[in-house]
Amino acid sequence: MPDPKPMTPLTLSAYTLVTANGRGVGPVLQALQERRSGLKPCDFEDVALKTSIGRVTGLEDFSLDDELRAFDCRNNRLAWLGLQQDGFMVAAAEAKQRYGAHRIAVVMGTSTSGILETEHAYRERDPSTDRLPDWYRPRYRYTHNMFSLGHFVRTCLGLQGPAMVISTACSSSAKVFATAARLMQAGLCDAAVVGGVDSLCLTTLYGFSALQLLSADPCRPCDEDRDGLSLGEAAGYALLEFGERVGGRGTVALLGYGESTDGYHMSHPHPEGAGAVRAIRDSLARASLRAEDIEYINLHGTATRANDSVEDKAVYSIFGARPACSSTKGWTGHTLGAAGITEAVISALCLAQGLMPGTLNCQRVDSSLKSRILRENQTGSISFAVSNIFGFGGNNCSLVLGKLP
Amino acid sequence: MKVSIGGIGLLASGLVGWDVGREVLAGIRPYRPGAVPDPEAKLLPPNERRRSSDCVRWAMQVAQEAIGRSGLDPREVPTVFASSGGEMGVFDKLCRALCLPDRMISPTLFHQSVHNTAAGYWGIATAGQQSSTALSCYDDSFAAGLLEAATVVCVEQRPVLLVAYDLVVPEPLSQARPITEGFAVALVLTPPSDDSSPVMRVHLETAHTGKTAGLDDPELERVRQDNPAARALLLLSAAAAGGGRTVGFSLSDSQQLIVDLELCRI
Repeated sequence: MPDPKPMTPLTLSAYTLVTANGRGVGPVLQALQERRSGLKPCDFEDVALKTSIGRVTGLEDFSLDDELRAFDCRNNRLAWLGLQQDGFMVAAAEAKQRYGAHRIAVVMGTSTSGILETEHAYRERDPSTDRLPDWYRPRYRYTHNMFSLGHFVRTCLGLQGPAMVISTACSSSAKVFATAARLMQAGLCDAAVVGGVDSLCLTTLYGFSALQLLSADPCRPCDEDRDGLSLGEAAGYALLEFGERVGGRGTVALLGYGESTDGYHMSHPHPEGAGAVRAIRDSLARASLRAEDIEYINLHGTATRANDSVEDKAVYSIFGARPACSSTKGWTGHTLGAAGITEAVISALCLAQGLMPGTLNCQRVDSSLKSRILRENQTGSISFAVSNIFGFGGNNCSLVLGKLP
Repeated sequence: MKVSIGGIGLLASGLVGWDVGREVLAGIRPYRPGAVPDPEAKLLPPNERRRSSDCVRWAMQVAQEAIGRSGLDPREVPTVFASSGGEMGVFDKLCRALCLPDRMISPTLFHQSVHNTAAGYWGIATAGQQSSTALSCYDDSFAAGLLEAATVVCVEQRPVLLVAYDLVVPEPLSQARPITEGFAVALVLTPPSDDSSPVMRVHLETAHTGKTAGLDDPELERVRQDNPAARALLLLSAAAAGGGRTVGFSLSDSQQLIVDLELCRI
């Protein structure tokens, strides 16, 4: 296959993030600088699993009302909380003024949407007739259905351009950048709100437990004794616009994306990371960059034995041991369908602030890993970073972010 | 955006395979709904096939038919899978298990619950490493999938396999989302070529009335309205009738995806 053609850089003219570390990029950045994890022993509902989670506090303390009432569920509350941070609503409203509501796409990612509502409804179903509770039936569409998040965000922002929800497990909200970039390049919209929201639920907690992939302790990416992941939840957004219209010197922009599949197994990565290599190479080609240009790599780094080892092989085969690499899952947990936007926004913060976070909870780097894994935070100007996201179904996506010259 | 249709796959009651479907939709043979034979989905290894969901087998079946007609190597073709609800049958089993005291769920069932399950199995079965997207846009999922697929074709100048499917929703979830008949369709879309493949022009318009009519046949129209994937019947009917028609698909209330299908023999 020929290399993909270079893409036009897209400015992240606004971005925001809510994780267990706090609401908005300020608290998230502070947690990164102070090396303060958001992971705590699992206290989600009545779940009795021995594991740590990155729970966003306060989601139980409010509800969505009035015209948003039908959307009320944990996932959309988290989505709403995300929209309130960092002036994102204002930035989206200004973009609407500039381009018109029909010219802004909404492309969101999630893995489980509002499935927690369905889990609750099943518990309340009539044991003799299987009838689901009255409150649930009209609300499936607005809560659990995969498109609920996209519907919710475009409703909140009053946007009327093309909308869809990408759901490819962990890579969902990395791939939204690729889809939005294509929609813009094809002239179907002038700007796009992209993002991802995924929230805790029994399905993923007990599901990853069944796969024996949950660590009993806060996850330790790249550590020689790592023994699994910690789940988290997050909401993040970015407003993408063509660089020449809004981007000034030093503005963070999406420079490239690469997507691939392993074609190997539903829940195990390809042993040599072949799909990951393809995704990274394509992202560099679209960014017109060489491997030597990349200074920081935000790893997928879930802290499972298999992921970190295979990802290392893929990264090392392309970059050698030159760029600084780290996983930020020790702060946020694995936010699944929101991992792409979580780590894209963290990478944007790192570029803007000149910060390379050392892998939190990694005491001793696994000696079999060949890449240059950072354990301590480093500061210094960074121009180009790569963010990797690999997921179930062998679905991979890599993004290149950089500062505009 | 201008794209060619390189192959079609179809599976639904009374529309088993595109050869039958085309003749029914062209009015050459009567529409006779009946039980759909369990898809062979030959690409899946026997043990995976046994454990797989209806969604996976139906999606595999139509994907294989469309790719076969296109003559393309599936390893070279990126994919877009569109489904409103995804693995509703798997959700039912998981949610039932999560109501039991021990909350033990099967690891296989869990990894089969993701929206990209069918996409993942297609990649595994074909050993493909191309990009693969799985998406939803509720009732407009077929149109959103067509938009995404056409965009990949045009921007990246690659052929794309689009697969849209929604299966019968089991009780009790059907109380919240009734879909009473399964429907799966696949289209291989390619950059326009010199051969005789049907060519369509795809663009977006602001929503207005008049271009999103239904089907003339009341029984087929009922199928189209019952299942989000069956919204594709408008395009398939236009193709079966030899093209030269414009069809419109609603896209999230505010827009329409307009498809101008040129005269064609398919």
